[in-house]
Amino acid sequence: MPGFTQLRAIAAPLEGRNIDTDQIIPARFLKKDRDALYKTYLFHDLRFDEDAKPRADFVLNKPAFNNAQILVADDNFGCGSSREGAVYCLSDFGIRAILAPSFGDIFFNNCLKNGLLPIKLEAKTVERIRQALTQQVQTNAANCEISIDLASCTLQAPGLSEVLTFTLDPFWHECLLKGVDELTLTLGYEKDIKSFEQQHYRTRPWLAALK
Amino acid sequence: MTPSTPQLPRTLFEKIWDQHLVLPRVAGPSLVYIDRHILHEGSFHAFKDLRARGLSIRNPKQIFGVADHYVPTTSRDPQDAVTQEIKEVILKFDDNMKWSGAHYFSIKDAQQGIVHVVGPEQGISLPGSIITCSDSHTSTHGAMGAIAFGVGQSESTHIMATQTLWQTKPLQMRVELQGKPADGVSGKDIILAVIAKLGVAGAVGHAVEYAGTALQWLSLDERLTMCNMTIEAGARSGVIAADDLVFDYLHGRSFAPQGHAWDQALKEWRLLPSDNGCHFDRQLSLNVAELAPRLTWGTSPDSSIAIDEVIPDPAQLSDPHARQAALAALAYMGLTPGARANTIKIDRVFIGSCTNSRLSDLRIAAKILRGQRAVVPGLVVAGSMLVKKAAEAEGLDKVFKAAGLEWREPGCSMCVGINGDLAAANERVASTSNRNFIGRQGPGVRTHLVSPAMAAAAAITGYFTDVRTLLGQK
Repeated sequence: MPGFTQLRAIAAPLEGRNIDTDQIIPARFLKKDRDALYKTYLFHDLRFDEDAKPRADFVLNKPAFNNAQILVADDNFGCGSSREGAVYCLSDFGIRAILAPSFGDIFFNNCLKNGLLPIKLEAKTVERIRQALTQQVQTNAANCEISIDLASCTLQAPGLSEVLTFTLDPFWHECLLKGVDELTLTLGYEKDIKSFEQQHYRTRPWLAALK
Repeated sequence: MTPSTPQLPRTLFEKIWDQHLVLPRVAGPSLVYIDRHILHEGSFHAFKDLRARGLSIRNPKQIFGVADHYVPTTSRDPQDAVTQEIKEVILKFDDNMKWSGAHYFSIKDAQQGIVHVVGPEQGISLPGSIITCSDSHTSTHGAMGAIAFGVGQSESTHIMATQTLWQTKPLQMRVELQGKPADGVSGKDIILAVIAKLGVAGAVGHAVEYAGTALQWLSLDERLTMCNMTIEAGARSGVIAADDLVFDYLHGRSFAPQGHAWDQALKEWRLLPSDNGCHFDRQLSLNVAELAPRLTWGTSPDSSIAIDEVIPDPAQLSDPHARQAALAALAYMGLTPGARANTIKIDRVFIGSCTNSRLSDLRIAAKILRGQRAVVPGLVVAGSMLVKKAAEAEGLDKVFKAAGLEWREPGCSMCVGINGDLAAANERVASTSNRNFIGRQGPGVRTHLVSPAMAAAAAITGYFTDVRTLLGQK
């Protein structure tokens, strides 16, 4: 997994609370292997109509935002189903960071495993950024970009007069920054797992009592 | 968060958590041991990753595969999958499970079913254990007194390879349920009321524990329903302290400990309930005696009302975002504010899913439907082959068929629709499942979440109907 250091990219404002992973990728696409088409499943039923024509009013179909690499969403983004396909299609579309007041717990973790940076910010702040991005388009201004520096956990965005600091747990911060593969990291703790297991099954033998 | 000091009073969750810390860390995620991990057909991404890394399953005896999401409900033959693509996913799971060396309940297995029905039924889900599955409704198993939560594909790969997971300890929430529910009011109605009170994001970052006097009136099936839908309030897990109801249920089940190991386990399990004076970050209480049967009216599980209420008016909402969301939900659902719930006409019923497909769910639905005709088409899908067999032994299948409903083979079916069991656009479904999201049961389909009794009542009258009025006639 490549590390995430800095990103300066177009950000798209996505309105609506509780956008569930069924909206991000409808279940009928989950049987697909992750191939070149995967990015087309992103927000499929919001992005395309019944005849597979792009819906002009959907934010990622607007010329200013169709190359967005950052989403600015609302509360509880990615709630619902645990499907990691939601993160795969966001990633494959080119999204590398999502700003929201809160995320679905499983979705948040799935992002971290795929090098997609989820940033939690105050609801008021996120709303201000969304409004500013929407305004930028209405006035044909060019500034729809957000700059993120993960090392210092700071970002600059339209609508904000100052550089904003965000927090991310130090463990995930380091994993994302250095592109640490978590599984490789854990395999290095095999001795600890083994010794835990011995103690666990000595004190709770019924948990090992499997056919 | 610090691992709790053993001397301090701890919650049930904290006791189990502390027993599973491989590498405790003061802040952020700790490395946590996973006792049992369950997979379904959607695991092909995780297997592909595992194989590509040249890894194998570390502890195959602790891994269980159950075919449920993609399987046809018309037969037990993958050849009957509605598309070639779906068939291939089922067959790929067969291959992966064979390769894994793990326990496998295939579509042809006599104990196959929905993962969250099979886990408790087989004694895989034990009190005091940590259980994961690549499905958000894994919270179900919390009703067995376990920490149980859904994981993604990458996390699934990680567990298969290491039997552990990096997890941050969630905040603790207690939901106190008081009183005795009225006849016709079930665990489903209670959890819909809890979610309505909390909101769909209300419990994000929390582990929920249910407690209170109401629990003594609820069956184990109802407790499973409640923990199942805890994820719909944003919490990754819901738990209920295991008691004799759970112990009696588990005793003698296939994967439950036997003999001396059982006695040892039981002694330990009785020590697990939350200590007096333990700390909860949040508390909520609800008098379930005041509840009526409920139904959802919107496109998120927190938008529910009692059967004797009217569709709420978005104009009454002061928050513009909430108003906008409610208007959009009503437009999608084709409903008008102020309409009485019992004037909403349905096109189809679905009785099934990991939420409501257990024997007592089928019994109550059959009780309402006995000797009646459904005026709409519908599916009844038992939660497992064992539930199906037990239901047939009681003649419940005949009741459903005589009512004009289809009696299908176990699987997730119309809850998620991946196997092709879907409704048509604009159809309105009374569904015992767990999610009323836009398009969940097919593009344009309008899903109303209800209890099995309420689904059966709606099937007979064609409208949402207060099942208490029908129960009075029985």
